[in-house]
Amino acid sequence: MENLIRKLTETYGPSGFEDTIRAVLRAEVEPFADEIRVTPLGNLVAVKKGRGGEPRRMLAAHMDEIGVIVTHIDEKGFLRFTPIGGVSPLTCLGARVRFENGNLGVIGVEKREDPQKAPTFEQLYIDVGATGRADCPVRVGDAAVFERPFAAQGRRWVAKAMDDRIGCAVLVETLRQIEPVAGDVYFVFSAQEETTLSGAMTAAYGIEPEMAIAVDVTGTGDTPESRPMAVELGKGPAVKVQDAGMIAHPRVRDLLVQAAEAAGVPYQMEVLERGTTDAAATQLVRSGIPSGCLSIPCRYVHTPSEMVDREDVEGAVRVLLQALRIP
Amino acid sequence: MIDLLRELSEAFGPSGHEKEVRQVLRRALEGHADRLWVDALGNLHAYRAGTAPQVLRVLITAHMDEIGLMVVGHDESGGLRVRPIGGIDDRVLPGALVWVGPDRIPGVIGLKPVHLLEAGEADKVVRVDNLVVDIGARNKEEAQRLAPLGTPMVFATRFGEVGRLVKGKSFDDRAGCAVLAELVRGDRLPHDLYAVFTVQEEVGLRGARVAAYTAHPDCGFALEGTIADDLPRKKDVSPTSELGKGPAITVMDRTFIAHRGLVRLLVDTAESLGIPYQFKQPGVGGTDSGAIHRAHEGVPSATVAVPCRYIHSPLSLLDPADLENTVRLMRESLARLTPDNIRNT
Repeated sequence: MENLIRKLTETYGPSGFEDTIRAVLRAEVEPFADEIRVTPLGNLVAVKKGRGGEPRRMLAAHMDEIGVIVTHIDEKGFLRFTPIGGVSPLTCLGARVRFENGNLGVIGVEKREDPQKAPTFEQLYIDVGATGRADCPVRVGDAAVFERPFAAQGRRWVAKAMDDRIGCAVLVETLRQIEPVAGDVYFVFSAQEETTLSGAMTAAYGIEPEMAIAVDVTGTGDTPESRPMAVELGKGPAVKVQDAGMIAHPRVRDLLVQAAEAAGVPYQMEVLERGTTDAAATQLVRSGIPSGCLSIPCRYVHTPSEMVDREDVEGAVRVLLQALRIP
Repeated sequence: MIDLLRELSEAFGPSGHEKEVRQVLRRALEGHADRLWVDALGNLHAYRAGTAPQVLRVLITAHMDEIGLMVVGHDESGGLRVRPIGGIDDRVLPGALVWVGPDRIPGVIGLKPVHLLEAGEADKVVRVDNLVVDIGARNKEEAQRLAPLGTPMVFATRFGEVGRLVKGKSFDDRAGCAVLAELVRGDRLPHDLYAVFTVQEEVGLRGARVAAYTAHPDCGFALEGTIADDLPRKKDVSPTSELGKGPAITVMDRTFIAHRGLVRLLVDTAESLGIPYQFKQPGVGGTDSGAIHRAHEGVPSATVAVPCRYIHSPLSLLDPADLENTVRLMRESLARLTPDNIRNT
């Protein structure tokens, strides 16, 4: 999976600007899917046909990533920007960003009256090397992502956009390995999760599944002086019980636990106090869809260096394959 | 169009109380729409069939409701206690004239005169819960009779001219309503037009949500009166939009990300015809598109707005040229719209 993860994490794709990452994912899933379609908001849906029975299930991993969007270009060609999704000004200091057209930008900061205080976005700007407005190679409304190469070290993988390209990689790998199960399985690579969850919400409306499982990253409590949380890197994929946006449907939660045990994959139970996933949106679609989430523990979420453990990732694939076989 | 804008601007219509605005629009659209009806939440729908052989269903909304205040209590002395309907900056309230209820009982938002201020008081903003709306009632009973609990009120602002600009209340979003009415009244468009004048946008995009569900469109547009903050500032930083520089196209705001194909269509149309346009500063505000794009299996959506100075206050200013250019940009873009513009690969 390493090459796939490298490719997916290094691809451009902030929320609402998913054309490039969608094309990469499409090429990956095309040989293994029975049907492929793209929804009006740009979700990529790959269908693995079942043996003609029930239930119809949907898996969702979001292909969009956090980023920045240009709000103003000043006379000297410096860009002001605002975040797409949850970006901290702290991670912007010294960062490089890459635009869809390939242009690189460096994030700079104005003089700081009080160096003890974190800067605000209003104090930050992007320098694309322009000498003025006229030769600035980007426009207001252009979006960029953080630039950081993928790295593998020991048991860990580190990259930008691990949230949620690692979920995308788990879905691709699951699709590659899966034999037809009773019902149809919909692999949804969703758009616009980081901003509004609109992708998964509308995809679920179209698919009308009997169950929806999001595959996304979650935080950990295993780093120095971290916020307490009973999830650790390398202890297996996490079965979500609750996060800030939803309570996992007990049937989905129990199915994932049952699958992990049957597959002999170590797992952890997860309660996340901040943040949520596509499952928060899918559970409210139509008359309600039982929804849950299989999480990949991830350190440094929403920074350009998100770290996951390869055994957690590989374990997640095995749990999903097993869960889909359980009627 | 200015006459319609005048009538719309002076109409009484805070969120949830849009009847008067709806009546103005109904009269304006009678005879122009193929079908005209009001739905359960109070949205006014105007349907007009398209002329193209392969028609798309195009939803366009503009919201009828405006910000206002609501009576939440009565003082012994006859004053009305109020809370905002929608987003109002407490600083714009003191001293304003209001129309209380659809019968337009005049009211004044009272404030202690400058002579009586105590030390330090002048530097503080008086919060809305500490303000009193004075309708000249003699006592609590009279106030309760004239303006019972729940009575809504709006700023009492007459429409008028200010140099090349026009002034009025609630250009957010009566400007959008005027543009949309003009689209319905003009020549028939190639695509099926579902023009919906929505309710309760200012309190959570509620009308648009059911309008989009009903219309089940192939794509959607929200027409708005948006923030123009082209005022002098210390640094060379982003104005949200500027007066007189044409319709403002949204790329992203708090509630949605515009469909790239539709943004491209609008920009290409404007550039090829020399219609002035600008991008609204990304990241701020929210419009009906936030609800429309999430309907059914998802709806490619875009927002186009007339820049207005001082919105969400008793009085805003707009440039009639921006209004005309917004109509023109929408009309020409809709004439060029094809399924290719909203196809994702």
